[in-house]
Formats: sequence, structure tokens, C-alpha cells
Amino acid sequence: MAQVTLSQISKVYPNGAKAVKPASFDIPDGEFVVLVGPSGCGKSSMLRMIAGLEDISTGDLHIGERRVNDLDPADRDIAMVFQNYALYPHMTVRKNIGYGLQNRKIAKAEINRKVAEASALLNLDDYLDRKPSQLSGGQRQRVAMGRAIVRDPELFLFDEPLSNLDAKLRNQMRIEIKALQRRLGVTAVYVTHDQVEAMTMADRIIVMNAGNIEQIGTPFEVYNRPATTFVASFMGAPPMNLMEGTITDGQVRIGDLVVAQNLDHPAGPVTVGIRPEDIIPDAAGQMKIEVSLVEELGAHRLLHGTLGGHPLSVYVSKDNEVRPGVLHVSLKQNAVSLFGKDTGARLS
Amino acid sequence: MKRAVFANRWLPILLLVPQVVIIGIFFYWPAIHALRSSFFLQDPFGFGETFVGIENYTSLFHLPAYGRAAMFTVSFTLLVTILSLSIALLFAVKADKVLRGAKTYRTLLMWVYAVAPPVAGVIGIILFNQSWGPLTDLFKFFGWDFALGVNYYDTAFAMVLIAVWKQIPVNFIFFLSGLQSIPKSVREAAMIDNRSASGRFWDVTFPLLAPTGFFLLITNITYSLFDTFGIIDTVVKGEPGNNPMTLVYKIYVDGFRGNDLGGSSAQSVILMVLVLAMTVVQFRLVERRIHYT
Repeated sequence: MAQVTLSQISKVYPNGAKAVKPASFDIPDGEFVVLVGPSGCGKSSMLRMIAGLEDISTGDLHIGERRVNDLDPADRDIAMVFQNYALYPHMTVRKNIGYGLQNRKIAKAEINRKVAEASALLNLDDYLDRKPSQLSGGQRQRVAMGRAIVRDPELFLFDEPLSNLDAKLRNQMRIEIKALQRRLGVTAVYVTHDQVEAMTMADRIIVMNAGNIEQIGTPFEVYNRPATTFVASFMGAPPMNLMEGTITDGQVRIGDLVVAQNLDHPAGPVTVGIRPEDIIPDAAGQMKIEVSLVEELGAHRLLHGTLGGHPLSVYVSKDNEVRPGVLHVSLKQNAVSLFGKDTGARLS
Repeated sequence: MKRAVFANRWLPILLLVPQVVIIGIFFYWPAIHALRSSFFLQDPFGFGETFVGIENYTSLFHLPAYGRAAMFTVSFTLLVTILSLSIALLFAVKADKVLRGAKTYRTLLMWVYAVAPPVAGVIGIILFNQSWGPLTDLFKFFGWDFALGVNYYDTAFAMVLIAVWKQIPVNFIFFLSGLQSIPKSVREAAMIDNRSASGRFWDVTFPLLAPTGFFLLITNITYSLFDTFGIIDTVVKGEPGNNPMTLVYKIYVDGFRGNDLGGSSAQSVILMVLVLAMTVVQFRLVERRIHYT
């Protein structure tokens, strides 16, 4: 268990591609950090640099008190769970879990004890003598977890560990992984492209895009106060509605419609962001939405339509019967986020 | 396997005919013929034959030359197989790590494969030429008076060298593709689990290469036993004398140079039985220990 410190870490590949632009952040001891972003955003490169599977181009990486830039992966006291599990196909589950310990000169009895402990924790007792090819996807995932926890490392690294599982199993494993990390208290870095995983599992989320860190914050902060239009559109399903608007005389307008008061910013064009669930049907509301499609989601309905010509979606609870056509709505308090039109950065 | 269903019962037979005809003409017919003639003593000029029972076989075991050829064949096969497999594996492991110019490197290593065995033999003879061969000169520099075709062990050395050189590229390509089919993440997981690169190789990479290795083991033994004929023929230059030769080459020498068709048939029958037994043993024993993913 240790704090992880990244200072000005960057990754430049030999072909000149800048996968990760200089980034600095700290991960406090025991925290569960999720790196999230679209594919190619640099999150995997970041994780692999922490693991030692990729060289760090510039910057310093500390795990605990040690600077680990030049240490081999085996010497960094980390454990990693891979996307395709990366189990050793020719070894039994028992050997798969014990292999890392065996190479660290640990007594056989001690290895057996630890393997037994891990397998009990993960309900793998019945499968210890099987080979990975005889296991289901979820069981393989557990073995990969076992291989990580048995080492009792300072840092867990997860590289999209759930993306090969079906949806139901993914939900279950999501909870198990999070609970396990809580119980063991080990610092964890978890990479995913799935924003639901990021929201549900993280203590803190790091949103990345094109090699840049867009925002670091708790799931609540990232969701409610996105730092950039990228974060606003990436986090949340459906994403935040982003519309072009203007500030004139302290009023934020979309077209002619006033959606908020704002006295802090100079007049000019802005990007207006509104979460779909912050728009509520209201017969007395001033805003009129032209609903063209209603998606039935069971607990909710997702309405697609336009507001003054801008496409927009609205998330309403199942109690609201909505048909395509004109719908009067109003906004919840503080529902409007403002972003610079050119920079995409959050204003205020 | 899927069971194919044919509406017409003659169609499958028709489809099988070419294969059956080929095996029949080029394997069973000569094999039966060899089996039969191994019990006869042929007239050297083709004027008839005499039934001699198993005398062709028993006389073989009293011939020191046959025992010598058998011993040489065993050591030659072992040396060629072990050396060409291990050197090729080493090259493949190293080439697998090369990122820049990997294609050029691989192509260069593959070229040797396109050299026909007799041509490889001729190249060997040139390299080992008694008066001006560069390798002979090199050995002389170190005080080794290399005499190809005169000294038994020098000739054997040259044969092994040429045969190994010729076989490495095939093994290399198979090992390389075997290495590249091991998932990258499995090797990365091993990097986290094991600090020692050689430990990772023997614990993870090598077992996962075993199916490839087993396949190559069989093809290399077959190669050393049979396909080296061209190399041996060019190196020996048709002057067997005291030179080393493999059992296959001895069959040719005894049958076509010595005109002892009966004796050479007996030798080929023995060889056939040995190879059959060896193949069965290999598949029974070795394959059982191999993990196929």
C-alpha cells in the first residue's frame, strides 16, 4: 500500500506520436483511481508506464518513497490484471496464482497458504487443479484477480479487466473488484473506456483525451461540474446536451430563449451544457421542445428532439407520458454549465 | 470432424482415387517390391535371382560397415536435430525482440531455405576445399589441418555443419511464428511475476512453444535421416571409401553402386520399420506432455 506520485510523466513513441502529454497527479494511499477516455486517449500507455511495461519518456514516477522509472516490472511491487486475463495456459489455476510468489523465493508452505487464502476469497477452491481453458470467462477473471491479490502488492493495476465479460457478469465483477479493493486497502489504478464503470467504481476519476488529462475529480465533480466540453459529452449516458448560445446583458440565451442569468462573464458566444435529466416537463415552462422520438427505457424515457433548432435529449421518469410533438419544459436550479466557445473549458 | 454426406457413392471414391493411386504407385508398390527382393539374391547383371531367406538381413549384422553407418546415422541425426533446433530457437528469440528492420532480417535468414540440398553441399565443398577453401584456411590458421573427404571426422563435421546450416531457416520461421502467436499480455504478465528473463523463457515461453517444437522435432529427424541425401552425396563426391554415410545413403551405394539389390532392399526394410516405430513412440510419449492451447 503506497502513495503513487506522477510528475510530468509523458510518453512519446519512437515514431513521434505523443501518446501521453506531460501529466502530474498524486494517488493517495488506498485510493481507487479510474483512468477513463476513448480508445487512443493515452490511458493504457499511462497504465503501462506505471506498470513498467513501457518506458517513461520524461518525468518521474514514485511508488511509495521509491522512484521506479528504471525498475523492472517485477521489482515495482505491483500486480496487474489484463484485459484478456493473460493467464498462463499451460499452468493449473494453482500454479497460475502461485507463480509470482514462487519467483520471489517464498517458502512452499507459505505459497500454499496464500494461494488457499486467495482461492477461498474468490471462490476458486473447486477449480485449483484445472487449466484456464476449462474455466468460464468469469472464473478466468477471478483467477487473474487471485494472481494479483496473492502477491499483496503496493499497487493494483487494472487494464479494462471487465470488457471481455457479458453485461450481467460485468456488473457483478464490478462490485466484487471494488469491494475487494476496499477490503484489502490497496491503492488501485483502473483503466476503462466505459464511463459507467468509471462512475461506479472510482474514488477519483481521471478523464483523458488525446494524451491530455481533461479533468481529475470525484465522480460527483466530474459529472456535475465537467471541466471541459469533452468531459461533458464523454461522461454520462446520455451525454450532456451542448448547444451554442450567447451571453448578452447578463443573460444566457439559446437563440431567443433565456436559459440562465449570468453576470460573471463578458458578453459573447458560449457553449451551453445541460444534463438531459435536468430538463423537466412543466406545462408552465417557457422552453418548448419539439420531441421527435421517444425511447422507452423502462424506468425512464429518453426523448430526442430539438430546442430552437439544436438537437437535444431529455431524460424523464416513467411517470411522464410523453408523445412526439411540442413539450413544455423548465430547467432545474443550477442546471446550466457554461463553456468557452473556442477553448471548450468550463467558465466559472 | 464433420461427416460429409454424398448423394452419389461413386463421387467420394472418385475423389480419393488420385491420392490412393499416388500412395500406391510411389509407396506401397516399391515397399512391397523391396520387401520381396530383400529375401532374394539378385544377379548383378539382371539375369535372375535366388531365394536366400533372411540371409540378406543376417549378413547385414555381421558387416562392420553397416554398424558404422548406423552409428553415424544416429549421431548425425541427433547432432543435426539438436543443433538446428536450438540455434534456430536462439535466432527466433532474438529476432522476436528486433523491432526495427525486422522484416529485412527475417528475409535474410529465410534465404538459405531456398538453397537446394545438393547446392548446399556444393557450397560446403567450396568452403571446405582442400587447397583454397576459406574455411579450410581459417581452420589452418588455428592449427587444424582440415581434410574433407580424407579424414572421417572432418568429413562428418562438414556434413553436420552444412545440414544444420540448411535446416536452420525453416526451424527459425516456425519458431518465430510460434513465438509471435504467444499473446503479448501473457508475456507481460510473466514480466510482472518473474524478474529473470531466462526464468520467464523456460517457465512460460518454452512450454507454449512446445507444440511447434514437437512438430519441428519430427520434421528435423526426418530431414536428418532422409533429406540430407543430396548434401551427403555431394560431399562424398561418389567416393564413399572410408567416408561417413547415413543409412539412406548406404542403401543407394550398396544397391546402385555395388549392385547388391537384395542387401539394399533388406536395409530399406529395416529403415522403414525403424522409422515407423520411432514415429509411433514420438506421438505416444512426447505428444502427451504437450499442452495445445
